[in-house]
Amino acid sequence: MSPRGKSIASKLTGDFLFEIGCEEIPAGMIAKAAAELKAILTKHLSAADLVDEPTVDGTIEAFGAPRRLAVIASGIRLRQLDSTREVTGPPKSVAFDNLGEPTRAAMSFAEKQGIPVSKLSIVTTPKGEYVVAKQIVIGKPAVEILAEILPRAIEEISWPRSMYWLGAQGPRFIRPIRWIVALLDGKSVPFSFAGLRAGSHTVGHRFLGKQNIPLDGPRDYEPKLKKNFVLCRPAARSKKIEEEIRRLTGCNKLNVHDDAGLLNLVTYLNEYPSVIMGDFDPAFLSLPDEILITVMRGHQKYFGLETRDGELAPHFLAVINLPSDPKGLVRAGHERVLRARFADAQFFWETDQKRKLGDYLPRLAAVTYESRLGSYADKVERMRYLSRWLAEQWFSRGISQADVAGSDRAAELAKCDLVTEMVHEFPELQGIVGGLYARAQGEPEEIAWAVYDHYKPLGLDEPLPRNLTGCAVSLADKLDSLVACFAVGAIPTGSSDPFALRRAALGVVKIILERKLPLSISMAISAASKALKMNAPKIDVTEAVQKQVLEFLLERARFMLTEKRGFAYDEINAAFAAGADDLVDAVERVSAVKAIRNTKNFGPLAASFKRIRNILEKSAGTLDKGQLNVQHELLWEPAERELYAAAQKIGEEAARRKKAGKYREALEVISELRPAVDQFFDKVLVMVEDQAVRKNRVTLLANLLKEFSTIADFSQLGSEELQESPQQKRAGK
Amino acid sequence: MKTQVLRSKDKKFPARARGVSKGLTFQELLLKLEEYWTRRDCILQQPYDIEVGAGTMHPETFLRVLGREPYRVVYAQPSRRPADGRYGENPNRLYKHTQLQVILKPAPDNAQSLYLESLATIGINLKEHDVRFEEDNWEAPTLGAWGIGWQVLLDGLEITQFTYFQQSGGQNLDPISVELTYGLDRIAAYLQGVDNVFDVRWSDTTSYRQVRLAEEQQLSAYSFDFADAVSTRKQFELNEAEAKRILDAWPKSEAKMLERFPLLAAYELTLKCSHLFNLLDARGAISVTERAAMIGRVRKLAVRVAELWLRQRSGSHLAPELVGSPR
Repeated sequence: MSPRGKSIASKLTGDFLFEIGCEEIPAGMIAKAAAELKAILTKHLSAADLVDEPTVDGTIEAFGAPRRLAVIASGIRLRQLDSTREVTGPPKSVAFDNLGEPTRAAMSFAEKQGIPVSKLSIVTTPKGEYVVAKQIVIGKPAVEILAEILPRAIEEISWPRSMYWLGAQGPRFIRPIRWIVALLDGKSVPFSFAGLRAGSHTVGHRFLGKQNIPLDGPRDYEPKLKKNFVLCRPAARSKKIEEEIRRLTGCNKLNVHDDAGLLNLVTYLNEYPSVIMGDFDPAFLSLPDEILITVMRGHQKYFGLETRDGELAPHFLAVINLPSDPKGLVRAGHERVLRARFADAQFFWETDQKRKLGDYLPRLAAVTYESRLGSYADKVERMRYLSRWLAEQWFSRGISQADVAGSDRAAELAKCDLVTEMVHEFPELQGIVGGLYARAQGEPEEIAWAVYDHYKPLGLDEPLPRNLTGCAVSLADKLDSLVACFAVGAIPTGSSDPFALRRAALGVVKIILERKLPLSISMAISAASKALKMNAPKIDVTEAVQKQVLEFLLERARFMLTEKRGFAYDEINAAFAAGADDLVDAVERVSAVKAIRNTKNFGPLAASFKRIRNILEKSAGTLDKGQLNVQHELLWEPAERELYAAAQKIGEEAARRKKAGKYREALEVISELRPAVDQFFDKVLVMVEDQAVRKNRVTLLANLLKEFSTIADFSQLGSEELQESPQQKRAGK
Repeated sequence: MKTQVLRSKDKKFPARARGVSKGLTFQELLLKLEEYWTRRDCILQQPYDIEVGAGTMHPETFLRVLGREPYRVVYAQPSRRPADGRYGENPNRLYKHTQLQVILKPAPDNAQSLYLESLATIGINLKEHDVRFEEDNWEAPTLGAWGIGWQVLLDGLEITQFTYFQQSGGQNLDPISVELTYGLDRIAAYLQGVDNVFDVRWSDTTSYRQVRLAEEQQLSAYSFDFADAVSTRKQFELNEAEAKRILDAWPKSEAKMLERFPLLAAYELTLKCSHLFNLLDARGAISVTERAAMIGRVRKLAVRVAELWLRQRSGSHLAPELVGSPR
């Protein structure tokens, strides 16, 4: 069956308004749900032929506010186009006999299609002549179709956690639905959902607006709601908030902490947002800014303010769901709540510091890290060993500020804040609180910042620990987590990564690469393994597991190098194949490969290397292990003698550049091999009958490959169009 | 304490001068809300006479929301949170605070409006204050109970938990009940414009401090400093064993006088366990792993009680009155 060509066109189109009125939807979900609702309706409307597909995007709009999701559309057909339906039946030869009379086959086909036999027609197809039944299907009125589509669309919106409110037989949604508006061309679409009849009346602001507002359609939707204290469009709400913030900060000579996340949140928490300024007692400014800001932002959703000198000011901005606060009642309330919150924080700050940060260490024995991996006290012991080891490595490799004792101390203190009241109350301040206490209690700056920063970096674009000791503790923490969790099989799968090991691995890679730290990753992994053997839980980490961790880290490195630095996978693989244990060095080689891969000689040379690798694979048995001496007297073709000579000369030259770390120059030198290689393959046959000559030639090539693959294995480089894109790579995982 | 120093020199914030009226006393607030809800067909119940951590643990909520019978109830419930005790020194934190609990079963369509009207009744002008519903899905892991809803904020202060109950004792609920839990102490402090809950006027002549301070001081001291971990743990185990003994005795075949089977006693023992667990937790006597395990033990009891309760109410030892389809 195939719908064929549209015939009679009905010209009339109309505007459409759809609003799902709801009890307060969680702020973080509204924008996504609106976008999804738009996609769902677009899909259904085009499937039902009520809109023309190419124009769909321009005609449908969706947006939301705390108590509503709305869709506005124009150009919706009021009636589906009539269409001709054609159903192919039996071949003509079966349907009609020799005399041209219809057979039983034709009659039963016609009957099935509901048309008289006389209306059957014949079409010619590549397979021969067939009987077809043509029918004109009269388009349905759009309201009828919408009445079917809309309830389904409501059900199709996906939510992180939906609920029942009408009992187990009732619908599920994010919060109870309380009204529905569905108007096409000014007329209600007749359907019911959740016991509600869709209609033409919306609801204004909960306290300030009318609760039963008649609508004509999309045109009066926005203005009528505005009159009733609802700004239905998020852009209008955030604009109002931003303008009022500017006004209040401007006339008070203050700066606001820019915070796009918070702005977005308050945009979706209020239907009619206004900004008010409140004060707090300047005495609270003796508490660290981090704590004050966390209380204001995280708990109360206030914007913090700064003086023009960049000092935190004793004021805040709150966004309220009212046009104004003429009596200052709301302001007084917010100030009171903030005062109580700050008083709590002050209480924790003082109570916690009745003892030294280090005195909390024994209590970590009661905090489990992972049931098979012991407590945080055990983890701290392992972190101390690793931090010392890291600092020693760096010191021995010429980084004079690497501080072994300081790294040990910082690791010892790093997790102590987990058992303080402050972190219990504000878990998002872990690390930071410990750092603040360490500083307040006279630990050296370097150590205090190391504790403060040791959870960093928190993501691909987030900052690193600010000092080397912080890098040591952060690496120690993350390497321990990785090796320990892999050792007990707590390995991330799909979306499940409870110990945030992917982030830990990315952190390790990011610190090493961005601080350009000299470090053997495999040695670091084996040091972490040793720490797990020496300290609780005293487990053996097998070679296989260590290799798994290494591969996991390298995979994150590949991810970071493609995402952040724009390298191609084959460039990374080529350089990594020549060694990736020293990541910083490996990345320099990746850069060199990228820089040179498209030069005149290099591409063809890389292709030749691939050929060499193939030859070597085919003649794997020819070579004795370790026997790689070319016998000069057996080189009797001029082309092979030239290649041998060129390789010697260029090899020495390249080695010198490589030793000096000038990988790009070394590669440029190597690419000068191309003429000799080309000529060799032109003139010389490798697989000759004479075993000795053949072996000698294979040896020559093997030497060549070995000697010139220490920067990168060129045979891994694909041609441009064969390069695997990161997307494909990811999709394939 | 430093916070009090701050408050006394805090002349910029005379809340009363800003137009908040003198406000209801604590007992007037309680009476007004109880009266409001009884006029909306709630029966007025009494607080449960066993230590509980929240009004939800009262059988009038935990058990009444199970099954199909409609029910509406209001009651005050002093709720003990040993870990929140501060010896009466913190202006906002209490060992024992007072919740006002309302259950509306089934959830009426106008539950939010009914709730907001109750705020108007206690003197909050909704057009002059910022009242809002912010996502907060409530959960009581020891009871296997959870719901979907909000915390209600009044000018940034959390005053009520508003929940559409989805499960209690691990049982899917049908119909759905609305649970409203008002934090009476902080609402009273707000209405009276005081920063310290102990300064709240309980009646015209008596302060919250006079009524409650000794309790805060002594029960905080007991939870943090005196409680004997070994004997508390033993009590937990005794209560748990007794609850299990009852639950294990549930008849295997058709039994007479099923209505006399003491599930309510098993539930009370479960509540005892829950409180003793909280006490051990406050005392710092539970490790993190053990913590999860103990919560699991209490929940197991609560779930068994809820399951059998449904069977008992349906009059059969076997056929549970299944509530809805499995989700």
